[in-house]
Amino acid sequence: MKAGVVVFPGSNCDHDAYHALKHVVKQDTAFLWHQDEDLQGCDLIVIPGGFSYGDYLRAGAVAALSPVMSAVKRHAEAGGLVLGICNGFQIVLEAGLLPGAMRRNQNLRFLCRDVYLKVERNDLPFTRHFEIGQVLRMPIAHAEGNYEDSREKLDRLEAARQVVFRYVAPDGSPATDEKWNPNGSARAIAGICNERGNVLGMMPHPERCSEEILGNTDGLGLFQSLVESGVEALR
Amino acid sequence: MTMVQEPEVSPEIARTLGVTAEEYERLQRILGRDPNWTELGITSALWSEHCSYKSSKVYLREFPTSGPHVLQGPGENAGVVDVGHGWVAVFKMESHNHPSFIEPYQGSMTGVGGILRDIFTMGARPIACMDSLRFGEIDAPRMRFLIDGVVRGIGDYGNCVGIPTVGGETGFHRCYNGNILVNAFALGVAKRDQIFNARASGVGNPILYVGSRTGRDGIHGATMASESFDSESEQKRPTVQVGDPFTEKVLLEACLEAMRTGAIVAIQDMGAAGLTSSTFEMAGRGGTGMRLDLDHVPLRQPGLTPYEMMLSESQERMVLVAQKGREEELVRVFRRWGLEVAHIGEVTDTGHAVLEWHGGIVADMPILPLTEEAPVYRRPVAPPSDLEERQRAPEVVQPEDLRGSLERMLATPELASKAWIWGQYDWSVRTNTVQGPGGDAAVLLLKGTPIGLAMTSDVNPVYCWLDPRRGGMQAVAEAVRNLACVGAEPVGLTDCLNFGNPERPEISWQFREAILGMSEACRTLGVPVISGNVSFYNETEDRSVHPTPTVGMVGVVSTPGNLPVSSFTSRGDRVVLLGRDRSEHGGAAYLRLLHGIEQGRPPEVDLDAELRLAKLLRRLVGQGHLHTAHDLSDGGFLVALAEASLGRKMGVTVEVPMIGADLYSETQARAIVACEAAVLERVLSAAEEAGVPAVEIGEVGGEDLVVKSGGETLRASVARLHEIWSTALPRALGL
Repeated sequence: MKAGVVVFPGSNCDHDAYHALKHVVKQDTAFLWHQDEDLQGCDLIVIPGGFSYGDYLRAGAVAALSPVMSAVKRHAEAGGLVLGICNGFQIVLEAGLLPGAMRRNQNLRFLCRDVYLKVERNDLPFTRHFEIGQVLRMPIAHAEGNYEDSREKLDRLEAARQVVFRYVAPDGSPATDEKWNPNGSARAIAGICNERGNVLGMMPHPERCSEEILGNTDGLGLFQSLVESGVEALR
Repeated sequence: MTMVQEPEVSPEIARTLGVTAEEYERLQRILGRDPNWTELGITSALWSEHCSYKSSKVYLREFPTSGPHVLQGPGENAGVVDVGHGWVAVFKMESHNHPSFIEPYQGSMTGVGGILRDIFTMGARPIACMDSLRFGEIDAPRMRFLIDGVVRGIGDYGNCVGIPTVGGETGFHRCYNGNILVNAFALGVAKRDQIFNARASGVGNPILYVGSRTGRDGIHGATMASESFDSESEQKRPTVQVGDPFTEKVLLEACLEAMRTGAIVAIQDMGAAGLTSSTFEMAGRGGTGMRLDLDHVPLRQPGLTPYEMMLSESQERMVLVAQKGREEELVRVFRRWGLEVAHIGEVTDTGHAVLEWHGGIVADMPILPLTEEAPVYRRPVAPPSDLEERQRAPEVVQPEDLRGSLERMLATPELASKAWIWGQYDWSVRTNTVQGPGGDAAVLLLKGTPIGLAMTSDVNPVYCWLDPRRGGMQAVAEAVRNLACVGAEPVGLTDCLNFGNPERPEISWQFREAILGMSEACRTLGVPVISGNVSFYNETEDRSVHPTPTVGMVGVVSTPGNLPVSSFTSRGDRVVLLGRDRSEHGGAAYLRLLHGIEQGRPPEVDLDAELRLAKLLRRLVGQGHLHTAHDLSDGGFLVALAEASLGRKMGVTVEVPMIGADLYSETQARAIVACEAAVLERVLSAAEEAGVPAVEIGEVGGEDLVVKSGGETLRASVARLHEIWSTALPRALGL
């Protein structure tokens, strides 16, 4: 599998995503510059976290209009894999690859801490290494991760099984307050996919919890899933 | 074009810029004539306390600054130490106290921005920040606004640039009610042969300006930072700079990429005194001259005068000297990152800075005389008149109810969990953070090597107020101890020396004493000072802050896997107390926080005992014997035990020889460690071999913190203590 990590001005988790793909799961990995429309034949495009364009206007709003995102949209339409993490999730929302929008965190502050996520689907190329109902511990680090959409659209999202990760308490029970759904996301949504299941956006950072030495490997399964899916796709 | 009428230059007008009559005469002598307005402005900035270190220089020479691993000591943008495997660590700490008190959000933002530029200017990629913060009493006027603004500013800047804020410290004391302290530390790493310096050389080499445009913000920021506050200080808001972390991030990436072209001769950021200090310092270090064409300086708005351009402290700007003929390569890199580049002059061999503007020469000044012959003062020193009274042994009030006293201690902002603060900082970005905030020292991986880097910041201002020499010594010793708790061997120290007005003999005495204490500790413990910063005039209406010589120390961890943490992790672990217990209450947190007594001599600092303890801890950590290691500091044994218990909400039962208030004694050179029962004997015999008193005091487990002492038993629910400790700070802030 070949992976590409997009670099916008202000991306700051680009090196981390690159490191996880290249050195942890050992895939051919390239950086993709925001002004290029050439995706260099990558099977997986990662839109990393950070503050693209300083979050000016709205998080992800400016980056969504960049040349590379036109190419990413075509890639997604053709069934290619796209993973947006944190600011990357905000960008794919702004680019219209996924439904909904982000608001400021409920407490209006940047939050950096571990959260717990329940895996709701494991039939996706991103999640096949997980069990349904499995609880993962992952760090978040964002100020705008409060996912929102209209009630009808949220109903539709859930009916179409597009909610992939939900914030929960450590024992897997529903997150009912700020303690376990720290940003106040509607229906405790932490990550969603498109209908086709080839675009995933998530606020937590799997690339920050994929190595034993960092004390947490709960994110590794996501990259391993992608590697397996990518290899199968190539066959 | 409308021209601003510039004032007539005179000794009196010079005085308003902070240039004394004597300094004015010195300037006349150097120039051989009267300065013009621009030249006077430039000199006032260069000779400000902030830029010239004129009152501190004579004492700073006491610091040991060399060592086998030191590649660059004080004098450059940041110090450099060799950490092995072909890599160097570049670090520094700097204050942004005055701007942060006037405008906390922008003040702390630009504090972080400035220190990050100091690091990447050297060719190093910043990988970690720490912040040492001192606030006043939470109920003091503006204090909640200041705390909130400072924390948001630090967060918004570091988070956006993507540098993890992995540690630091926060203290509260009424002496900071009128003058808070914001000390920002940054550390970067580079390959040994990739270090850049700021020495302008090569006659004819072009000088390039990169980054944000120059505006009228921050004019005379350096001068403002060299004055005390008064009731008019609010009016100084225009001297505070405005930060843009997005531009900083882009500038960082672009500069590191431009450096790889090999076309950069020298590079420096525009920090305090902006274009003035960057150009004069670069040419001064290189022994060259400079011609600047101010018509080419990119401006945010038209109409800036040369005076304003030279003194603006607009942020996110760099000056660099390019190899002649290769400037286009650099311009391409910067433009690709969307940055503005301007060719603003050349390196010359005249030894003069010549500034041209609108077809004429607006300043012509010899560089070395201005930088090298800057005034140096040996200010009069005298101990404070009430020193004896301060140091009189305090009456030790015994706690009536041990558990109640512990609960009250943990509920003070001073000792409460600071998670509310560091939870707003991204501390895990860059995927190096093995241990983040909340422990004794942070530990980061150095990717590409098997080692880790540890860092901590420490100082106890109350100790320093009672006895600055001992306080300075203690700050260094505690930093070494904190590093040892994660098995790190110290490689260097940076400092941020926050004091009052040095023109007062008492303050200069404090300063000298603190430096002597720090120097002695540095020599005995083998830690060179590689960079630092002095911040004087931290006072409002003649009330000075406590002397606060903040120490930032960096160490190397040879194997960053399997390190102990500062909290208990495993039921059944045996708890061992290392070090000798004495009854020492001078300046102790217990008397200060619960009884309002701030008196006595601070605990003795036995540097040999510290060295023995540090060596023992490093050895035990290296052998993988410890699950937990936590040093004893503010609040002594009982607070340290509670912290170790609260970190992961794990109970503990111990029996100790200390009784009553002595459970809070702050005797130095002590630590709590915990290990599996199977290695207990090895831990105890290693301690005996090392000459460190060690006693097994109990076992980890259960739901309660249980301390048996002198026939009395303190029993407290860990859940309840945790609730008190973790919510006290947000509650005190009214959140």
